[in-house]
Amino acid sequence: METGLQIAYQKPQSLRRTRTHYCAGCGHGIIHKLICEQVDEFGVRENTVAVAPVGCAVLAYDYFDFDTCEAPHGRTPAVATGIKRALPDRFVFSYQGDGDLAAIGMAEIVHAANRGENICVFFANNAVYGMTQGQMAPTTLVGQQTSTTPNGRDPKNEGYPIKMCELLATLQAPAYIERVAVSSPQNIRRARKAIRKAFQTQLEGKGFSFIEFLSPCPTYWRVDPVTAVKELERRMIPVFPLGIFKDWEQSE
Amino acid sequence: MAKRILMAGNKAAGEGAIQAGCMAYYGYPITPQNELTGYMAANMPRHGRVFLQAESELAAVNMVLGSAAAGVRAMTSSSSPGISLKQEGISYLAALQLPAVIVNMQRGGPGLGNIGPGQADYWQATRGGGHGDYRCIVLAPHSVHEMFSTMTLAFDLADKYRMVCMVLGDGRLGQMMEPVEVPDNVHPSPPPKPWALNGCSGRPAQRLCSLLLDENKLEALNARLQQCYREVQKNEVRWEEVGVDDAEIVMVAYGTSARVCKEAAREARKAGLKVGLVRPITLWPFPAKPIREAAARGARFLVVEMSAGQMIDDVRLSLERPAEVHFMGRTGGNVPLAPDVLEYLRQMASGKAAARKDY
Repeated sequence: METGLQIAYQKPQSLRRTRTHYCAGCGHGIIHKLICEQVDEFGVRENTVAVAPVGCAVLAYDYFDFDTCEAPHGRTPAVATGIKRALPDRFVFSYQGDGDLAAIGMAEIVHAANRGENICVFFANNAVYGMTQGQMAPTTLVGQQTSTTPNGRDPKNEGYPIKMCELLATLQAPAYIERVAVSSPQNIRRARKAIRKAFQTQLEGKGFSFIEFLSPCPTYWRVDPVTAVKELERRMIPVFPLGIFKDWEQSE
Repeated sequence: MAKRILMAGNKAAGEGAIQAGCMAYYGYPITPQNELTGYMAANMPRHGRVFLQAESELAAVNMVLGSAAAGVRAMTSSSSPGISLKQEGISYLAALQLPAVIVNMQRGGPGLGNIGPGQADYWQATRGGGHGDYRCIVLAPHSVHEMFSTMTLAFDLADKYRMVCMVLGDGRLGQMMEPVEVPDNVHPSPPPKPWALNGCSGRPAQRLCSLLLDENKLEALNARLQQCYREVQKNEVRWEEVGVDDAEIVMVAYGTSARVCKEAAREARKAGLKVGLVRPITLWPFPAKPIREAAARGARFLVVEMSAGQMIDDVRLSLERPAEVHFMGRTGGNVPLAPDVLEYLRQMASGKAAARKDY
């Protein structure tokens, strides 16, 4: 029946209708949706193989309606490398959290980036291990209380938060590196644009792209969801500045 | 026309894998298997296939996992300490029911050990090695040609049962040179892999995951794995027998140790001793039948290994009634010598042997 009504907003086709397992105010749901939007927009759903991490996003395949593989903790970029090398014409991305990527998987991410693997890596940084009850992550802020830094992260004992974009930007091979935040409509629009650029980077064969998402974890920051996004902008962004760290289009 | 080529075992394993249709090889340097990685670096790209030197053993085995998940024949190789690092990935490969081939050119251990040949990774290989209830098919070639021909069998079995197939060699087999009969016009035909992750074109999206939070679903996965392992035990047990029928003493040895025992058996026969050899070709599933039958005839056993005694467990488990089982082993990268084995056989025959001979 012609109603004259237009669809202004709907769930991406590549995102399954699944009851969420993420906590209230968690950023993963937003990031999943933004990625699935681009899978739809580029029309690559039937050509995509994703790799899910170990961590809160371990169940990513419950949400992604395209082929998805599990990886051991931190080995996500190595598994993605094995898929992409075997099937170079498929669209391959990995999805990781901060413990998975910046602690146990540091070697795998650095070397996948350094080889310029033609894959996208989406990195959710919420400064804490969410899956395992809120321990200190490599990206935990100085002074931040976690279950393993009950008195706050002390640089004398635990060092400083690792800045992955800055670290990977020292390498020659990566094609695109950007840090975004899913903390406000404005920042989420910026994140969508970054994901689009990452897709374009791989589909045009330009090489490795890396998008870091600053993402709230109200549960283990022990604040309500609204306070969490405010805290993210007030405390995380000064330590992890948003922006583009590497762009093949600028250097061409 | 087949070609006859003089090759080292490491290179023979590489050429065997290429002939078997291996499409992706991921390696990391470790002695005494570097010639295998080098062979693949030189030859895989020539065939338009993937060669990649990984940043670690962990990365290498997980790249294999990715390529296997994508549906192509993939392998990695290493030696003992490196194989320990791969155990995480092997457990995941087993849980995801992904076919893969892993070559272990064993060296002296434990720890960093040395680069001499060893057989002390038997337990690790045949009991699973990583966490959880799983098995790998374990093949034990004992010559350079067999190292070559085993690779096709390894890929075929891995694909047939969707399992990890480990080729358990040692530094001696990897380094020694022997003639290899390389056939022409080989056309490997991997079975269809409808479970592979290659994009959901024309079918629903699928996943490979071992995280099953529902206890009954995880138990069901375990039941499927065990059912598969029972099939392998039923269909794939392989061994070679030399003079076992009338033997009063049956040696049991695999790989390099089996070569030594073949020579010792020949010399023993010349000296009038009724000695035979059972050489397991599959270490898992283990060939219990020839051992059980020899024991039923009243034979005694001598297990010879380059370890402090690991396969001897499986020899004992194969028996259905008490039998005399002797052990002779070298460790530390040493290889037992045929004259020493012969001397022990003589002592056994004259009833003077202790139950064990270590160095």
